[in-house]
Formats: sequence, structure tokens, C-alpha cells
Amino acid sequence: MTAITIETPVRVEPVALSRAYRFELVKLVSQWRIRLVFIACLLAPTIYSAVVSQQTSLPADALYGRLMNQSGWAGSLAILVFMGTLLLPLLTSVVAGDIFAVEDRLGTWRHLLVAVRSPRRIFASKALAALTVILALLACLVASSMAGGLLSIGSHPLPGLDGHLIGSGELGRTVLLAWLTIIPPTLAFSAVGLLGSVALGRSPLGLLMPVALALVLMGIQVMPVPVALRVALPMNAFISYRGLFTEPGQLGPFWIGLVVSLSWAALATFLAYRLFVRRDFTDLANDGSGRRFVLEGLAPLVGLVAVTTVVVAATTGATGSGIEKSKLEAALSTSFSNLYVLQTEQLNRPAVTAAQLHATTKCDKGGERVEDEGAGAGWRCTVNWTLPGTTATGNAIYQLDVAPEGRFVADGDGPKEVNGFFQVRTPTGDAPNPLWQFDGVVDLLDPVSKGQQ
Amino acid sequence: MHPTAAVRARSVTKTFGDVIALDGVDLDVAAGQIHGLVGPNGAGKTTLLGLLLGLAAADGGKLEILGTPVGRALAVTGGVAGFVDGPGLYPTLTARQNLTTLASLRGEEGGRSAAHVDELLERVGLSEVAGDSVRGFSLGMRQRLGLAAALLGDPRLLVLDEPANGLDPAGKRQVHRVLTDLAASGATVVLSSHRMDDLASLCDEVTLLSEGRVVFSGPVRKLAAESGELDYRLVSSDPDGARRIAGGTPSLHQVAGRKGSPKGDDHALVVRGPDQALDDLVVRLVGAGIAIRELGPVVPPLEAAFLALTGADTDADTYAEELTR
Repeated sequence: MTAITIETPVRVEPVALSRAYRFELVKLVSQWRIRLVFIACLLAPTIYSAVVSQQTSLPADALYGRLMNQSGWAGSLAILVFMGTLLLPLLTSVVAGDIFAVEDRLGTWRHLLVAVRSPRRIFASKALAALTVILALLACLVASSMAGGLLSIGSHPLPGLDGHLIGSGELGRTVLLAWLTIIPPTLAFSAVGLLGSVALGRSPLGLLMPVALALVLMGIQVMPVPVALRVALPMNAFISYRGLFTEPGQLGPFWIGLVVSLSWAALATFLAYRLFVRRDFTDLANDGSGRRFVLEGLAPLVGLVAVTTVVVAATTGATGSGIEKSKLEAALSTSFSNLYVLQTEQLNRPAVTAAQLHATTKCDKGGERVEDEGAGAGWRCTVNWTLPGTTATGNAIYQLDVAPEGRFVADGDGPKEVNGFFQVRTPTGDAPNPLWQFDGVVDLLDPVSKGQQ
Repeated sequence: MHPTAAVRARSVTKTFGDVIALDGVDLDVAAGQIHGLVGPNGAGKTTLLGLLLGLAAADGGKLEILGTPVGRALAVTGGVAGFVDGPGLYPTLTARQNLTTLASLRGEEGGRSAAHVDELLERVGLSEVAGDSVRGFSLGMRQRLGLAAALLGDPRLLVLDEPANGLDPAGKRQVHRVLTDLAASGATVVLSSHRMDDLASLCDEVTLLSEGRVVFSGPVRKLAAESGELDYRLVSSDPDGARRIAGGTPSLHQVAGRKGSPKGDDHALVVRGPDQALDDLVVRLVGAGIAIRELGPVVPPLEAAFLALTGADTDADTYAEELTR
């Protein structure tokens, strides 16, 4: 045989991260499932917002849902509520929850390792590609949800969650900011998706890890858990935008949600990375190890919940459910005053300011035998106010349904001419009565002492 | 530039828990050679190929790939490409997209990359289905596309696990041509196969593994010689006469047919003996006016050597009791 010489090879460098990232992006976008999700994110919110805002029956359960026929921005905000329940965790499942598992299903790990030559860069490129697609899907949702409402209803002012009127321009900025606030918790759930995908391989549980986590956290949130634990969960960050719709803003939950979400994102990504670089790529039937996942994936996250809960409790001093009688009374007085001003303008009565009303509220939950604290539908409140230049005191009754996370729905119970009917007769015709039913929010972390208003 | 072995392994060991996959394996593969790895299931072929591809690290011994010592950490040596356990392809991409994305991963982009991809698709006979999704490809088409993917980086060592799996005769011929051309250009090919005829027609040398150990390594013709005396099947115009003459031929044994031999094969005679005795039998049959319609080994020499060296021919069912002269 002829002797053949070969050049002494040098050990080659791994593929550049940018190329590996592009490779992963091409693979992701080529999946029909991802393309369908993109189409759904582009079309569904527009269609939903445009169709529902024209209906007489509106999704009053969703924050701003009852106002969808009054401003195009309300549709986007109502969709934002759905995002924070299961939709965003589901989106992160479809993308991040599958990005590692798909290589297990196709048996392409060895191929990928030979092509990229670095498990670290494979991990980084996959994580970045998943993040890119998730953020692109989120951008589609934002644009689509805004387009549907604005095209069908237009840009009109809306009352904030304390009743103060937010003009169109400011409202647009606030709605956009509200969507931006759900990016951190989305990152957290994406990281959990990566962790599930790495740890459990082809197992369906790995794919659905963000959804499973969301269900567990939602289960915790409907229970009367201490407020420190509630705000230390990444799920709470999905609703922290509510504080942007009050004046002054309730930004405490947002900042805590930001820190909690980024902590989850960092820890879950690190745990996924550690599991990934330690895995045996020669095992073609990798379904992950449940024990390893619990010890090296789940336990540190549970530990993070414990640590953040303690830190929140220590730094805010928040105890109990965070829903106290005094907070509700203060929130209802403020909302009522601001909305009364709107009603006054609607009815073309002499102008009045919220401060001139000197509104006070007395609330009671379920009679004398029940402690006036915590979430529930049994709150009954009476608002008293006086008009400038008069000595007579008006009063209006509200039934309050208070959710554990601080949102309340105030349902007017009379008198009819103030808050007992859903419409008011204005000089230009019948119009929605702003005092009939409205949403409000109490700051769970606000250290207002009992009796203070 | 200096002459060197493409692969040089000394006492390489690899274990997975309690399972010893490779047990002191020595291997020398010269550059520009097509080297076959053969052995029964679980012999360690895929593990050895995985070490060459950098998918796993040896637990012990020394391994040099293209002149570069391989350490204990996972690392892919430059110039090495291939696949084990089937090619890694993405079913949502077309054949061309699978190759172009891989090419861009390696830094090849633009018109030159497209031309290279088209040339590779042409070489493996997939030009006509280049725009089709890989999801609908047969196993043989996937194998050929996997080969094209492995050739993207112009490898100096190509490592292939069962590349002939699922290939039809035309596809097999195409793949063989690609591999022999590659070897002729100076690259080295290490491949595994269960098909002894493939190895015989393709490989310069073969290494036979059994239970993680090398039981033979050398040229194919030398492996054939390891088979010892073979059984030959003789079909003639006069079976009874042929049986009588075979019985009278020195150093020749008549052997009962294999269990499970085809029905209607009663007229065939199976004999065993050295080549000289077979030559003698042929002369005697012709002299007696008996026409020889068929004479050939019952088991091909390479397969017989495989069975002999791996101990797989000791099964009681393999042969019936030997007839005495």
C-alpha cells in the first residue's frame, strides 16, 4: 500500500456561539408546531379583542374585561390577565420545554455534539434560541392584542384601578409597560422549561414542567397563604403590573416580582446547565432520572422559595394575608372618589374633585362573628361623602369580592341613582355607570395600620 | 507533514458501570485505509467508534487520532466526522436544509457552500429529493444523507456505524464508491458492519471484536484464512454416485446438511476437507462422468471466520453429527 502522509491536526475550537445559536433557531422555526403557535399569537388576540369588545356580555372576571367596549386598551389588558394564568407557561413549555428533549426524541445528540464540539455552547445556543422565540411570541401577542382593540374600539381613556382617569397617551405607555413586566416571570418559566427538558429527556413531564409548576403555584395562590410567600412566588410577578394602574403606583410587588423572577431564571438555568454538562450523551434512551431531578432540580428551587419568603417577610414586615379592613376601606374610598368625579362629568353636574368629597368607607366582612380580614366575597362596605358647599352626607353600599392576590370587584348596591344601576342618563344619552361595578386593588405589602385611612 | 497512523489505540478500556465495553483494545489504522470493525452485538464496536468521534472518553489506555493524543475529557479531534447509531438528521428540514444548516455551523456560507452541498447531494444520489422533507425519507436515504453530512467538513477520518443499513444494491454501490474515492484521496474510513460481504468488498483491513476484546486484526484475506476447513455444498447430476466418490476421496469428510437448509435440497452433498482434497474430488467426479452443477462454501469464508473467532459456531444446532467416511 502506498504510504500516505497526514497533517498533524490541531484540536479544533468549538463552533462559534453565534453559529450554533442560528442553527438552533433554524431548527426551532422549522417545526410546524412553533409556526402554528406564531400564527395563533398573531391572530388570536386580535380576533378575540375585536369580537369580544363588540359584545354586550363582557369577560368581567378578567381585570379590565368589563371595560373592553369602552377603550381598545382594555382588550389588551384583559388578554394580559389570561397570559399570566396558563398561557405563558404553556408557551414556554412548547418552546423551552422541548428544546433539549427534541434531540432525545430524534436521537441526534451525538450528531450535535460532533458538529458543535462543546456541550456548553450547545446549552447556551439552545437556551438563547428558546428565549428568542419566546420573546418573539410575546411580541406578537402584545402587538396583536393592542391591534384588535384599537382597530375595533379605538384609543380612549380608562379609569385606573384606583378610579383615576388615565388619558389615552399615558394609557398606551402604561399598557406597554404592563406587558414588559411579565417578561421576568416569563424568563423564570422558560428556565424551568429548560430544566425540565434537560432533566427528564423524552418524558412528557419534562415538556410540561412550566405548566405543572404554574398549576402548583396557582393552587398555592388560591389558598390563604401568608403574603410573604405569595409575593415570593414567580407566579405573582405576572400580576404585579396592576400596581402601575394606581396613583401613586404600587411598585413594591413589581420590584419583588422582578427580583424573584430573575432569581428563579438564574437558578433554574444554572441547574439545567449543570445537569446538561454532566449527562451521558451515549445513552440514546435517556428519559432522565426522577431522583436526580428531585435532588438537583426541584430541591434547590424549593429552597429558593423558602429563602425569598424569609427575605420578603423580613424586609417588608408583611404578615397575614395582606388583606386588611383598613386597606380595603382606603382603597374603596379612593376609587369611589375618583369614579364619582367621572360620573359627575358624565352627568354634566358642577365640577368636583376627589379630595373635596372627603369620602370615608366602613367595611365589614360577614357580620360580627367573622374577623374583618382576608379574601372572600362576604365584604360589605358603605361609602360616605359630602359635596362641597353642602352639609348632607351621601352614602353608597358596595358588595366586595376580594381575591387573595389583592384584586377586588366592587358591586354597587344602591342607591340606584348613584351606583345601583349599570347605566346613567347623560345629556347625550345613556352611558355606562362608572360607579356601578369596578375593579380595584389593595397593596398586600402596604404596612397601613388598622384604622388608618 | 509526516507519515503517521490515522488511529492508534493501545490497551484502551471503557466501562459503563459494571459492563466492560472495551477491554484492552489495540488498534492501528493506517491513513488512507478503509478499516472495518466487525463483531457480534455488544462486542464494543459502537463504543470504539464513539471514542474516535469524541463522544466518550476512554477510561484507560492510550488513544491517538490523526496523530493527536486523546485525553480523558470529551473532545472532538479536528478532521474527524461521522455518525454512530444512525445519522443525526432533523426531519422538519429538507435534505438540502439539513446540509446547509450544518455547513453554516461550520462557517461555510454563501454560494460556495450551496455548491458544496449540491455536489455532496449528487455524490450520494439524493439530488432529486434535495428539496423534500427528511421526514419522508427511507432508512437508506437517511444513511446516504448522513454520509453527505459527514463529508461536509472534508474529514480526514470518517467514522461510520453500519453505513450500509437499509441501502438497496444501487445505494450500496453508490456509498461504496464514495468511500473508496475518499480513501483514494488520502482520508481514512473506519466503519462497522454486520455484512461480511460489505467488508470484504470495501475494507483493506478488518478488526474483529468480541466481548470488548480484539480477536483478530489484519487484512481481509488473512481473516478468511482463519476460517479453517470450510463446508462445501456440491450439487451434481448423480447424487448417489457423487456421494460414493466423495466417500472414497482421501482426507474428505461428508457432513450432514445444516438444520433448516432449504426444502428439496436432499440431492445436495456437503463435504469438508482441505482444498487439495476438494480438487481431487472434482477430478474424480469429472472422470466418472458426473456433471458438477454447483460447488461452493456453505458459509462464506469471512462469515465462517467470524463465527469461528467469536465462538458463535459452537451451537449444537449448527451442525448435525459428522458422517464417517
